[in-house]
Amino acid sequence: MSPEKLIRMANQIAQFFHTQPGTDQADRVAAHLRDFWDPSMRAALKAYAADGGQGLDQLVFEALPQL
Amino acid sequence: MKDFILPNDRDLGTPAREGAPVTLTIDGFDVTVPEGTSVMRAAAEAGLQIPKLCATDSVEAFGSCRLCVVEIEGRRGTPASCTTPVAPGMIVRTQSAKVKKIRKGVMELYISDHPLDCLTCAANGDCELQDMAGVVGLRDVRYTPGQNHFEQRAATGANPQYIPKDDSNPYFSYDPAKCIVCSRCVRACEEVQGTFALTIEGRGFDSRVSAGGPKDDFLTSDCVSCGACVAACPTATLQEKSVIELGTPERSVITTCAYCGVGCSFKAELNGDELVRMTPYKHGKANRGHSCVKGRFAYGYASHSDRILNPLIRDKITDPWQEVSWEEAMRFAADRLRGLQDTYGKKSIGVITSSRCTNEETYLVQKLTRSVFGNNNTDTCARVCHSPTGYGLGQTFGTSAGTQDFDSVEHSDVVLVIGANPTDGHPVFASRLKKRLRAGAKLIVVDPRRIDLVKSAHVAAAHHLPLRPGTNVAVVSAMAHVIVTEGLMDEAFIRERCDWDEFTEYAAFISDPRHSPEATALLTGVPAEDLRAAARLFATGGNGAIYYGLGVTEHSQGSTTVMGIANLAMLTGNIGRKGVGVNPLRGQNNVQGSCDMGSFPHELPGYRHVKNADVRAIFETLWGTEIDPEPGLRIPNMLDAAVAGTFKGLYCQGEDILQSDPDTHHVQAGLAAMECVIVHDLFLNETANYAHVFLPGSTFLEKDGTFTNAERRINRVRKVMAPRNGYADWEVTQLLANAMGAGWHYTHPAQIMDEIAATTPSFANVSYDLLEERGSVQWPCNDASPDGTPLMHVDGFVRGKGRFIVTEYIATDERTGPRFPLLLTTGRILSQYNVGAQTRRTANVVWHDEDVLEIHPNDAELRGIEDGAWVKLASRAGDTSLRAKITDRVSPGVVYTTFHHPDTQANVITTDFSDWATNCPEYKVTAVQVGLSNGPTAWQREYAAQATQSRRIVPAAE
Ligand code: SF4
Ligand code: SF4
Ligand code: SF4
Ligand code: FES
Repeated sequence: MSPEKLIRMANQIAQFFHTQPGTDQADRVAAHLRDFWDPSMRAALKAYAADGGQGLDQLVFEALPQL
Repeated sequence: MKDFILPNDRDLGTPAREGAPVTLTIDGFDVTVPEGTSVMRAAAEAGLQIPKLCATDSVEAFGSCRLCVVEIEGRRGTPASCTTPVAPGMIVRTQSAKVKKIRKGVMELYISDHPLDCLTCAANGDCELQDMAGVVGLRDVRYTPGQNHFEQRAATGANPQYIPKDDSNPYFSYDPAKCIVCSRCVRACEEVQGTFALTIEGRGFDSRVSAGGPKDDFLTSDCVSCGACVAACPTATLQEKSVIELGTPERSVITTCAYCGVGCSFKAELNGDELVRMTPYKHGKANRGHSCVKGRFAYGYASHSDRILNPLIRDKITDPWQEVSWEEAMRFAADRLRGLQDTYGKKSIGVITSSRCTNEETYLVQKLTRSVFGNNNTDTCARVCHSPTGYGLGQTFGTSAGTQDFDSVEHSDVVLVIGANPTDGHPVFASRLKKRLRAGAKLIVVDPRRIDLVKSAHVAAAHHLPLRPGTNVAVVSAMAHVIVTEGLMDEAFIRERCDWDEFTEYAAFISDPRHSPEATALLTGVPAEDLRAAARLFATGGNGAIYYGLGVTEHSQGSTTVMGIANLAMLTGNIGRKGVGVNPLRGQNNVQGSCDMGSFPHELPGYRHVKNADVRAIFETLWGTEIDPEPGLRIPNMLDAAVAGTFKGLYCQGEDILQSDPDTHHVQAGLAAMECVIVHDLFLNETANYAHVFLPGSTFLEKDGTFTNAERRINRVRKVMAPRNGYADWEVTQLLANAMGAGWHYTHPAQIMDEIAATTPSFANVSYDLLEERGSVQWPCNDASPDGTPLMHVDGFVRGKGRFIVTEYIATDERTGPRFPLLLTTGRILSQYNVGAQTRRTANVVWHDEDVLEIHPNDAELRGIEDGAWVKLASRAGDTSLRAKITDRVSPGVVYTTFHHPDTQANVITTDFSDWATNCPEYKVTAVQVGLSNGPTAWQREYAAQATQSRRIVPAAE
């Protein structure tokens, strides 16, 4: 999958959880990714983040360790 | 022949009533019926048929023919039994000498103006006039020939009263020579369908039924060809052309329409295995005896010459197809799929289950992936339509389904329709809704277009909020803002039924002035005062029901809007009783069922996540195989993975993703990159242009199974003829599974349903026997609710406390700009269905033979576009050309088209943007430019050439 698409999809999820009350937004982003993204997509996201992860929302970074 | 049910759908003369019991005596028999019932119906319920012509139980009595007269003790004269309500202690005589004489006289008059060609008439044996002449014992007609309506020529030349047959409608004819002017058709069109296309013109002897204005015929009138008038007509005046051609049917089987999510019940009427006509079944609980043009008439595709009946294979998609035996096709497919798994890994292949096929077939396809392929790469076209409904309602209420049955609308006071166009998309529901609106319920429409419901015969919306495409969340939130800040919410309901802490957080969020209609008006284009008034009406107008469609889900914030809708219903306490609720209108017939059956890559049947070991264990024990605990790929992910070279093989049942999915170029690229695409369908659809194996499918007439409609109703589909391709679709899937070593032994879909019931708690008590007995049942159907569940969340939400979720508006990345200044939104129309593969192969094309682009006069003028001109429609994803239709139904800045025709391929324009939670594509918002053109674009020409090339078939050597 093209990195732009991956970034956009991950950021869209992060954007939603940014708006949610509470302090567990990163956990919820991680839970969403675990529940709906196939492992290869999660792996691609991790690899991209490990590479610097330019353009990724901060919340996505915070969620990554839980993937 | 257990599957063939003889329906008891006798005409009881007048509609049923609800009320206190009243007892009376008819011909010496005591009868008890609800107050308000007619004497005619009371008699019919006691088994006594009073002769009648102008009455039928689908419409209110009119009392014009006087054939149904009776004598009532203590009353003068001979009242018409159809218009006389019962009274306690009434004593009725239906066969006195006096009434018999009157009836004979009435019949004599009718027959004197009726042709006596019964033996060659299409309604011979199915004509109430004929029956009544028999019942009253009419033996001779004393009138001498004179003025009449049926002879082409009178003694002095052409008969001025004679009107020739109107054959303009492709499915039924109107032969005025046979009309008895009973007005049943007119009343059916008004009361049942709600279109008001028919009137009685003239008076007395001159009265005639007329469709539309003086210059109209049926086709040019407002008629939508629902067939209600044809069903109501007692004579051959309005008659199905299929009956004229094939004769009257001798047997009938109850089955379910395979088109939209309303799920109408039909009687398939046949001679032998020849289908003569489909008539709506009166006891069908979704449709209550009504239908639309698709289910009633558009079944001709089943016998269309384009149907492929033998399996096809080919090495490369540039090769012509080779016709082969089923065995060879299965071997070829199984070897390729296994080969791909050996080379590229277990997860390199997957399936797309069909939302048009039965529950049983869908269940088998997802079982094929999970148990035979050994991965969770299964998805269904619900991905691209209602997946946000699953997510949104699951999060807020705890179930992925609508909360009501269709009958519920009869109890609604305010109906909010958002992003749905029921008169086109869900016509029978629309008719039921319109009936309620004519009885006084109020309507609010939230839609960028002025859909027909906003203003049509005898129905007008109290408010139409014409929002800019893509601003649903802002509009729904602004409504909630008004309700909360003006204190219109139902606090008692919220305290009792919802999580109060979450509500207070939500209330604080939504009360912020940035959500007010005034603050968002510029963005949404909806005048603040209108929005406030609509919100107030919804909150205070009594039972409020929300119906929504793909105009809600197919957005980058589709799931958020669904949650916003759930919030609105909870705020106003509109959940858990008749007349209220949140109701997704499902597109295809079995979208609900395909979701229920575990088609999604993260969910096993019954919406249970694959990560749950206890759920996996249920299936692992039964199937004897291990289930992958990780979610699989969704359709867009499969295509992405294919382009990236990691996803190599696909079994696609009954879907045409190339035409129906967004961003056609990307879908093409994904399909072209795969090494084994198996298409299982009726026709060589667009996706098949990229396939290596084609497995012929069977139609809904050719197999047993069940469909689950938008109200969670499980309806039976019954086999009325043998599959023309040799196998029902569930058998085809089983052949493929077994070719891959599965060892399945299903011999009837009932066994598959038993397996579903054994593994899925919400289906626990569902069986073919139960469906045989009840006709249909709404899930959950288990020990807790053995009769099924017409209304959900009655005493509490499925998840416990209802959850308010904060819904912040986030603009889509798809923005207009100088290059693409207009917003395109897409939809569908009444006569066509989805990609049109079925409806384009019927006479329905007379209503819609090409997709057109609706554009506002201002935008058209600016571009020098005239009505009917060829225009090029372009987005950053691609371009196509089609004809323009200038109309102010769309707002300035918005254009609209349908996606029924592959020549247009509207989806070459749509982009790969999608809903944040579910990847449901953003079909409803694409920034575009429109300009004049002189015909198909280069891409369209190339596409057509490739399609022709790809469809070549080399027949099998004999
Ligand atoms: S077919 Fe339906 S819409 Fe047309 S005239 Fe008859 S009842 Fe009315
Ligand atoms: S067309 Fe049929 S239903 Fe209509 S008035 Fe004539 S006989 Fe009656
Ligand atoms: S298409 Fe829908 S509304 Fe029309 S007959 Fe079929 S199920 Fe009913
Ligand atoms: S049936 Fe009662 S008046 Fe015609």
